[in-house]
Amino acid sequence: MIGLEHYLTLATALFVIGIFGLFLNRKNVIILLMSIELMLLSVNINLVAFSSFMDDMVGQVFTLLVLTVAAAEAAIGLAILVSFFRNRGTIAVEDVNVMKG
Amino acid sequence: MIQADLNTILPEILLALYAMLALVGVVYTGKDRLAPLLTWVTAGVLIAVAVWIGLTRGGTGATAFNGLFVDDGFARFAKVAILLAAGVVLAMGQDYMSRKGMLRFEYPILIVLSVVGMMVMVSAGDLMTLYMGLELQSLALYVVASMRRDSLKSSEAGLKYFVLGALSSGLLLFGSSLVYGFSGTTTFSGIVEAVGHGHAPLGLLFGLTFVTAGLAFKISAVPFHMWTPDVYEGAPTPITAFFATAPKMAAMGLFARVLHDAFGGVVSDWQQIIALMSVLSMFLGAVAAIGQNNIKRLMAYSSIAHMGYAMMGLAAGTAFGVQALLIYMAIYVTMNIGTFAFIMSLERDGQPVVDIRSLHMYSSREPGKALAVLLLMFSLAGVPPMVGFFGKFYVLRAAYEAGLVWLAVLGVVASVIGAFYYLRIVYYMYFGDEGEALDKNRSPVLWVALMVPAAAMLIGVVNLFGIEGIAQAAAATLVQ
Repeated sequence: MIGLEHYLTLATALFVIGIFGLFLNRKNVIILLMSIELMLLSVNINLVAFSSFMDDMVGQVFTLLVLTVAAAEAAIGLAILVSFFRNRGTIAVEDVNVMKG
Repeated sequence: MIQADLNTILPEILLALYAMLALVGVVYTGKDRLAPLLTWVTAGVLIAVAVWIGLTRGGTGATAFNGLFVDDGFARFAKVAILLAAGVVLAMGQDYMSRKGMLRFEYPILIVLSVVGMMVMVSAGDLMTLYMGLELQSLALYVVASMRRDSLKSSEAGLKYFVLGALSSGLLLFGSSLVYGFSGTTTFSGIVEAVGHGHAPLGLLFGLTFVTAGLAFKISAVPFHMWTPDVYEGAPTPITAFFATAPKMAAMGLFARVLHDAFGGVVSDWQQIIALMSVLSMFLGAVAAIGQNNIKRLMAYSSIAHMGYAMMGLAAGTAFGVQALLIYMAIYVTMNIGTFAFIMSLERDGQPVVDIRSLHMYSSREPGKALAVLLLMFSLAGVPPMVGFFGKFYVLRAAYEAGLVWLAVLGVVASVIGAFYYLRIVYYMYFGDEGEALDKNRSPVLWVALMVPAAAMLIGVVNLFGIEGIAQAAAATLVQ
């Protein structure tokens, strides 16, 4: 029997993988976008699991909103990335370094 | 029922409609030729809506859509500040952006959309409203940061802002999902009942921590501040001026609303986190700015430090603390508008100048403007008798009265350290060596945007323009 805790563990694991993907990845900005998507989708698993186990529709409504916003976010991220690539000629993460931060 | 609901969010609806109509209208007619006109019209619309909300939409609070949206005194205070700041910054930057050839017609429209997002943020009564408002604001701001498509710095600023902003949204969302799961509801009024008094259950505490981390990113509090200096430096100056004012006010308002509306029963659970972030922000902002010669990076660290002070009012966890927070933010926004008007006017041979060492002997060439900047810098540093001192005085008193004496003492120490770099700018202006002169900037808009806040810093000491009473009434609607 798969219970709520299994879903929460899966979602947390995916979320942590997403965060590590953001910080450890040195190669490619596209991987950053994938990591961000992974984080948002793991939240969706959380919301749907809670919603289903509590018999409450609100969580699923929230999930639909998150999905929509995640799509918009990916579109804007890619647009900014294209504009960056035109100026810099590369999308390696270690080359995002014109300003010292 | 639906009539009353729609009436409650009428300003947001009208602004959103304005943005869409303007977008379609300009695309089908003049495109970028109409951009200066559209910028001025938009600035006028934003200020008109601010006046409308401020003067006529009084009364006790109302909620709409089953508590999704709250329109109370607190929300109205924040909205008026956001709208005024956005309108003034738009008007201020028009000339600068036109001359640099980067004034596109999308710019005012994106600003309006982000302002709608901010208004939804400060009115959020539910985790879903919070998320939608925050994302509407953030997505518009990511695009605005990389507005200058041919500039490497601008697109890099946009990319960094996007990645870290998306990370913070993810953290906030993960926290929201936990809060939803452990309280069984997404409305703030439901959460505050589930949380109860004293100490929150462990699951909700996890959710609260993630939400706090996500919101701390948006107000650039240490340790979530890394993006601020790069984004401030990389974005074009009028856009940096916008980042430093309206979004900070909105994020601070949202922060106060979440902590008091949803977690008001467990003040002791979040007080320590906020107090710690406040101390770290104040000290990092004060120390890291010392070595900066780029005035935009310097203002980024300055804003990190100022967010630390504002969070001191939040850490107090009382109605007086929220009042102090609102007063502080209103003063902070005014000071930043003046300072960025000055930064925008710095040019040599038509190129923008951001190095503070080029201010050598500025006072001998432009004594009036130098005096205004002196007033603003003293106010930012919190030197009495400027208005900035009273902002700091209110948050320190709030922290002291809430029993956070150590926080108030550290705040005073950090403000003394931080005074150094503000006074360094004043030193360069009045005592530096004779260097190559800067261009004389004759833009009347920038002159007014510099002189009015500077004068306000001096005249405001009489009664703070009555903002104290308004902020008190606003804070009373948030903290019961």
